Amino acid sequence: MNFKKILPQLLTLVVVILVFGFFSYNAQVNMENRGITFGYGFLTQESSFDVQFSLIEYDGSHSYFRAYLVGLLNTILVSVIGIIFATIIGVVVGIARLSSNYLIERTAAIYVEFFRNIPLLLQIFFWYFAALRALPLPEKAEPMFGVFFLTIKGFFIPAFIWNNLDIFIYSVIAAIIAIFFVRAYSKKKQENQGTQTPVLLISIGLLIILPLLSFLLGGVDASIEIPVIEQLSKTSFTYKGGLKLPPELISLALALSLYTATFIAECVRAGVQGVSKGQKEAAASIGLTPNQVLKLVVMPQALRIIIPPTTNQYLNLTKNSSLAAAIAYPDLVLVFAGTALMQTGRAIEIVSITMLTYLTLSITISIFMNWYNKKIAIKEK
Amino acid sequence: MNKLNFLSPDKNNLYAYLYSGISLFSLSILIVFLNSFFSLDLTSFLPGTISYFLPLIIGFIGLHLIRIEYSGIKFLDIINKNINTNNFNAVLSILIIFAVIKSLPPLLSWFIIDANFAGDSKDACSGSGACWAYIKTWFNRFMYGMYPNAEQWRINLSFIALAFLGGVGFFATEKFKKYLTLYYVVVYPIIAFLFIFFFISGGPIFFDFSYGIIAAVISIVIGFFIPSKFKMYYFLIIPITIYILLKYVFFYEELIELGKIQAFEWVETGAWGGLSLTFIVSFFCLIFCFPVGLFLSLGRRSDLPIIKYISIGFIEFWRGVPLITVLFMSSVMFPMFLPEDMFIDKLVRVIIAISLFEAAYVAEVIRGGLQALPRGQYDAAKSLGMGYWKMHIFVILPQALKLVIPGIANTFLALVKDTPLIFVVGLLEIVGMLNLAKTNPEWLGFAMEGYVFASIVFFIICYAMSKYSYNLEQKYKTER
Repeated sequence: MNFKKILPQLLTLVVVILVFGFFSYNAQVNMENRGITFGYGFLTQESSFDVQFSLIEYDGSHSYFRAYLVGLLNTILVSVIGIIFATIIGVVVGIARLSSNYLIERTAAIYVEFFRNIPLLLQIFFWYFAALRALPLPEKAEPMFGVFFLTIKGFFIPAFIWNNLDIFIYSVIAAIIAIFFVRAYSKKKQENQGTQTPVLLISIGLLIILPLLSFLLGGVDASIEIPVIEQLSKTSFTYKGGLKLPPELISLALALSLYTATFIAECVRAGVQGVSKGQKEAAASIGLTPNQVLKLVVMPQALRIIIPPTTNQYLNLTKNSSLAAAIAYPDLVLVFAGTALMQTGRAIEIVSITMLTYLTLSITISIFMNWYNKKIAIKEK
Repeated sequence: MNKLNFLSPDKNNLYAYLYSGISLFSLSILIVFLNSFFSLDLTSFLPGTISYFLPLIIGFIGLHLIRIEYSGIKFLDIINKNINTNNFNAVLSILIIFAVIKSLPPLLSWFIIDANFAGDSKDACSGSGACWAYIKTWFNRFMYGMYPNAEQWRINLSFIALAFLGGVGFFATEKFKKYLTLYYVVVYPIIAFLFIFFFISGGPIFFDFSYGIIAAVISIVIGFFIPSKFKMYYFLIIPITIYILLKYVFFYEELIELGKIQAFEWVETGAWGGLSLTFIVSFFCLIFCFPVGLFLSLGRRSDLPIIKYISIGFIEFWRGVPLITVLFMSSVMFPMFLPEDMFIDKLVRVIIAISLFEAAYVAEVIRGGLQALPRGQYDAAKSLGMGYWKMHIFVILPQALKLVIPGIANTFLALVKDTPLIFVVGLLEIVGMLNLAKTNPEWLGFAMEGYVFASIVFFIICYAMSKYSYNLEQKYKTER
């Protein structure tokens, strides 16, 4: 260890400690002046504010912690919806970008260039304030397929009413675990004997049969509840029954998925293009059918390129869902860092909890991704 | 004449297939065209569903008939190769063509034909189309926010001057080229800051920062004459000394009072807004986030453990949280961290917050470039006896930065697209101004026009930036 190595480190450390010390000293003085003490005790206090849209039971008499959970669940809900649609659109557009058909390729390219060069916030505003406001009032809405109602007050869809829902969920989980084992078995079999198992057919079969069994044997029972129009007052109508997706959720999910899909499309395109032509030709020359070439040679290699940046995009989508605050969709930022902060005035505690939540989310995912990358990386001898 | 087999067109009866195919295809397009532009329904005599799908079916048959391999007609071959390789592609092509024809009339009528261009009140917009009079009336606000109308020339003048000064690099002769980096990294940002501070904000000529700037300029000038061996220590000590000397020894309070002459009317940052604010915020964030990101990326790859882990912690923290919470922090939490009598303008706070946030992303991008360089480059530089800074400045960074031009451009694009978020702290750039204008009781109901206008503006800016970065990438591409 020589002087030249220790000095810069020491200097940085001193600067960092000084800055942190300065900040925390000031924070202490400021809080003393305002008569507030630092602490997380307020989380158990009664929140006394309402939230428009909640997945769990919540009203003003619940605690601030419950409000935090409501916000977190809403964030997760819109992120999951966004991720599903962004993946579907992104994969379709990414493949369309590779099409030999000039018109399709151009259409996909225009979509990508257009949607990713416009700020996400602007897109959210566009859908919420301009596009969805053009929808009809509840009493004038045309039903889609007789059961869906797209109105200015939200999207009303039929809901399932379940008996013994837990058994059904267990059966789905059992099916997924079974599929996992089938895949592992078929992979092993292919490596040892070189024979293919129709994994996809078996998987679909399992996914249908096990839940079906739960209906027949487990006493699971579901009926469908269709939304029915109801008059609230002389001019105000709404739909009763079924599920209501508020317009905030729809516009947010729409904007998030259309925006993120452009990036996923580019990832998919780069991934498929990243597989060298020689691989395909080599696979074809040993007599694999085009389907097998795609499934056994191109996709495994392309996925290796596609998955890491795509996960990054999922993470971005989740973080971008915090823009919900701009259109009053009650997500974590709006409910907790907005309303709860205004009510309690505990800026440091609340902002730090909010940031830590997002930080935990992204660090967990990035640790998982690092592990996954290591696992699928080509093992060179 | 050979036997015609309509299921598999071939070259023998080329013209029979060609004429029938083209006429069917043209017919289908004609039907859709007339239907959408003149609302004429040629197929109304047929039952609903069939008349709906008829153009698709006719067009599909037409395309099937002209799908003749190696026909020898160049134009036909190009069409077949590009939009008509098989049945599936043919259907998709037809659908896309129809969709374009179908969507053109409503778009045209909304944008141009039925739109209102003249007038300066809501009553002028009676048509079913867009109300561009709204944009025209509010244009000033969308560009300059709440900035006083009479003073807007100051923004224009500063932007033109800065654009001109920024373009100096293109005209530099060989002799001055080596100073360009210094100019862009140190001199230009200072000039830009002075312009913004004096012209746009109308700040006093003498303020606390003046000492700092004078100190920096003097120390840089002296720095040229200092042997490089002592430069690091020099730049650590001298600027601070000069600053203290200037502030407490040479300039007395009376002098400061004398210097407090305001050339222009003071416009507080809360009144700034519109597109010009977008430019100001993205410009300064862009200038600050790059050097910070560069140092962070070097720090992350450093051998010195403390620096390495501090950099990692810093980068991962900013990358893990959404920008909106960072802005929340800068507006509600950060004031708690400052002494009570200290006040930092919210625009400055926002610029610092966004710069630090984007710097973390820039750092990761640059780290990618540093990692992509072969080890041999480092070894070669070291074997020539270069030190850490010399090696990085002359060997490593020029190559690494070249590699990451697309990544950095993407980060800058993201930065520009993130600027609307500053509405969180109450600064209204163009999107924020739109939302304000939308709620004006005299101009209710024109949200669509506003958002379309802003989308076009942002699209032009971002698209131009991405094309420019692509050109840069091509220009600096070196064979490896």
